[in-house]
Amino acid sequence: MTRAQDIADRLISMVPPGIEAETMVATGNLALTRFANSFIHQNVSEDGSTVHLRVAVDGKVASGAGTRTDEHALRRLVDQTVAVAELQSPDGSWSGLTAPVAIGGAPHWDEATAGADPATRAQLVREFVAAGQGLSAAGFCSTEGWTIVYRNTAGHGAASRTSKAVLDGIHQTGTSAGSGHRTSASVTDLDAAALGASAARRANDSAAPFDTKPGGYEVVLGPEAVGTIAVFLAVYFFNGKAVNERRSAAAAGTAQFDEAITLVEDACDPRAIGVPFDGEGTPRSRVELVTAGTTNGVTHDRKSAALADAVSTGNHMYGPNTWFGPIATNLFLRPGGASPDEMIAAVGRGLYVATFNYCRVLDEKTLVVTGLTRNGTFMIENGRITDAVSNLRFTQGFADALGPGRVLDVGGDDRFADSEFGSGVTHVPTVRLASWNFTGGASG
Amino acid sequence: MHDYAAAAVQGALDAGASYADARVVEAATESVAVQNQDVDSVSRADRAGVGVRALIGSSWGFFATDDISDSGARRAGEQAAQIAKASASVPGDPMDFADVPVVETTYSTPHDEDPLAVSTTEKVDLLLAVNETMAAVDGVEIARGTLSFWVTDKWYANSQGSRIQQHLVESGGGFSATAVGEHEVQRRSFPQSFGQYETGGYEVVRAWDYLGNAERIAEEAAALLTAPDVDERQTNLILEGSQLGLQIHESVGHAIELDRILGWEAAFAGTSHLELDRLGRHRYGSELMNITADATLAGALGTFGYDDEGTAAQRVPIVEDGIWVGVLSGRDSAAIAGLPPGGMVRGDGYNRLPMVRMTNVGLLPGTGSLDEIIADTDDGVVMATNRSWSIDDKRLNFQFGCEIGWEVKNGRRGRMVKNPTYTGITPEFWGRMDRLAGVDEWVHWGTPNCGKGQPIQVAHTGHSAGPARFAATRVGVRG
Repeated sequence: MTRAQDIADRLISMVPPGIEAETMVATGNLALTRFANSFIHQNVSEDGSTVHLRVAVDGKVASGAGTRTDEHALRRLVDQTVAVAELQSPDGSWSGLTAPVAIGGAPHWDEATAGADPATRAQLVREFVAAGQGLSAAGFCSTEGWTIVYRNTAGHGAASRTSKAVLDGIHQTGTSAGSGHRTSASVTDLDAAALGASAARRANDSAAPFDTKPGGYEVVLGPEAVGTIAVFLAVYFFNGKAVNERRSAAAAGTAQFDEAITLVEDACDPRAIGVPFDGEGTPRSRVELVTAGTTNGVTHDRKSAALADAVSTGNHMYGPNTWFGPIATNLFLRPGGASPDEMIAAVGRGLYVATFNYCRVLDEKTLVVTGLTRNGTFMIENGRITDAVSNLRFTQGFADALGPGRVLDVGGDDRFADSEFGSGVTHVPTVRLASWNFTGGASG
Repeated sequence: MHDYAAAAVQGALDAGASYADARVVEAATESVAVQNQDVDSVSRADRAGVGVRALIGSSWGFFATDDISDSGARRAGEQAAQIAKASASVPGDPMDFADVPVVETTYSTPHDEDPLAVSTTEKVDLLLAVNETMAAVDGVEIARGTLSFWVTDKWYANSQGSRIQQHLVESGGGFSATAVGEHEVQRRSFPQSFGQYETGGYEVVRAWDYLGNAERIAEEAAALLTAPDVDERQTNLILEGSQLGLQIHESVGHAIELDRILGWEAAFAGTSHLELDRLGRHRYGSELMNITADATLAGALGTFGYDDEGTAAQRVPIVEDGIWVGVLSGRDSAAIAGLPPGGMVRGDGYNRLPMVRMTNVGLLPGTGSLDEIIADTDDGVVMATNRSWSIDDKRLNFQFGCEIGWEVKNGRRGRMVKNPTYTGITPEFWGRMDRLAGVDEWVHWGTPNCGKGQPIQVAHTGHSAGPARFAATRVGVRG
């Protein structure tokens, strides 16, 4: 029995009879080595546990969380959470506990990653920095491993492990930067020298940029930019709570996207990061959010599913912030066959954008987002990159940009991309879009 | 608890550290959220552990554990030293570490009502009543209220002999009304988007008239659905206080962080357009612009007794008469820059490395009122309550969206407009600030969700502000 299982079992055994309760316990380690100006300036590691508990007393619901796992602390967590619940009004939307159900999927786990030492991370940083050949490097290398256990008083339980390794960095000239990113369940998949060389090449290529005029441009978007689009769609568009509240424009059965787009939420994909069940113990389903351009499904937790007369897809996000609702966290955009060079060759006049930065929604329903380009923006003319351009601001409807007839190519270079909301969430390729609305240049 | 912090420090020293500091932290958080007439969530979290930082040569290591015991703390110190040794394999230049006075002291946030002692029933009932009022307004589909409270106890020790105990209390919340149209979502929030948070007890919540503002907020949300869009043009922009607070946060607060200026955040949060050799000479804005970073402001969200490096809270001038004169710093970054340490280094809980964070970065008030500013404006737009915020990695090129706006014509507030946005370049924008309201309309706005660092950390910061006017600003940008 793992420590997490022991904690979960002890906690559930303390719940008084007649009270519904569920717990999610995570134990493990997160370590992150950060570098800037080509040296390691921050280097952290933590061992820890987090215990989440949710109880329902005659439909009156409360939750609690803690980091202490001794008998006294667990007892206090149960007593306190039950006492708070008893004082509440019944939650009309409480949808009960998950009944016992089989959980499939092999763990996305690598022992060497979970146990990686600081010297391993430092070596990867050293290789990334060295590949810049004197450019100024910054970024991080992280490794982590978690055991996650779910238990409830309805007799359901689930347990799994997950590991993750990330190398994310930039090389900088005096006027530009180029980035590189890799995420995997295994630290051995991180080729730091190659990634550093790629980032350095892009930094050098994008040096001394010129200001180009804002306006509509055909664009080739690198995986990081595409990953950000995907994650905004997950949060605001394919979110069952947002659909229930009419804040999302998602309409099942409607061709809302270009037929080149097939987007799948799949925690059981062999490449995925994370565990195959959510904070309510529901198996994470494979959901085809978009199939060949047609909106097919949205993500649900038990609460949003009950309101929609649907079934939970296992996308509950545990924690006190319930505003956002169920969000897809294992997104795979089906790749096409084109290479980035082939996509660039097909552009008469347009822009290549490596990464988006600081994106925020102006309107949830139209999913109009403003943000900037970063770490490599290039002018494309007559099928080849001609110049580096300064970062641009855009104001663009994200769903609209992928609409019917607007996706000109989907690349075959899919991988985990960094995104506005973190790594290991979106697995996407480069795409070529008919138009992107740039609303400001570097000087405003 | 100080003994455990001291054990962590000793563990690091015994493992080879030349300097170490440690914090034992017990943090209790309570959050209540009510959506329409459902209690959406009531939660309480108690997180506790010890985090220790070790310095070897010019290299740092940090380790955190939830094992609060003598052996657990010692092991954490040893681990931090081992990590510092690994850092030294990719070293930087030799680094100084600025001295601060060795102290043994305590600090407690002044407050009247322990927020965790107020029953959750009272909190839920307040939000249910607010929601009931908002839901009665036609067109409002989602009424939502939240309250959050943080009570944090910290025991700090360092290898130079300081021992500091702090009891920090933060409270606040807010509510919003959401109206949903066929092709749009409109929202109004009170007191500001994400709520208003301050240091203090439950009296912070009582001080804002939630019930008295619920109907107005709901009516404004519903009315926005049929309001016209703001026209795209260049005009006088009048910002109400909370939006100006966020403008300060994004275009001043982050830009003056010394770690960003030194390049330590280059890959993630970004750097800064500010260059240290221009300190004392760079024009940041108009002569009306006077900004301080003041961690001693009573009631403001970024107020404390000592930072997480054992440096006393202080008031630091940042911009004087429009000229940039100060930065946000810690003991290592200040030493590199040749400046006194500002006492602005804080960590998010026991398990995050303390780093340079904003305290209360705010404007000093001007004169007059919002009404007087409007009366003195021939053509312009008033914008209130943040809806979206985006700024580049040097804190220069920004675009903000607000929840609501009103046209101003010939000195009078005119019709309501929706989807108000404005955009600009930091020093040009601040250079066009030509009116600034007086102290009567000043609020210490709180930002409870400032993200920075990897792993990500969330800080609570304060931004004193009131209404102000900015000439010739581009408004109405849309997709």
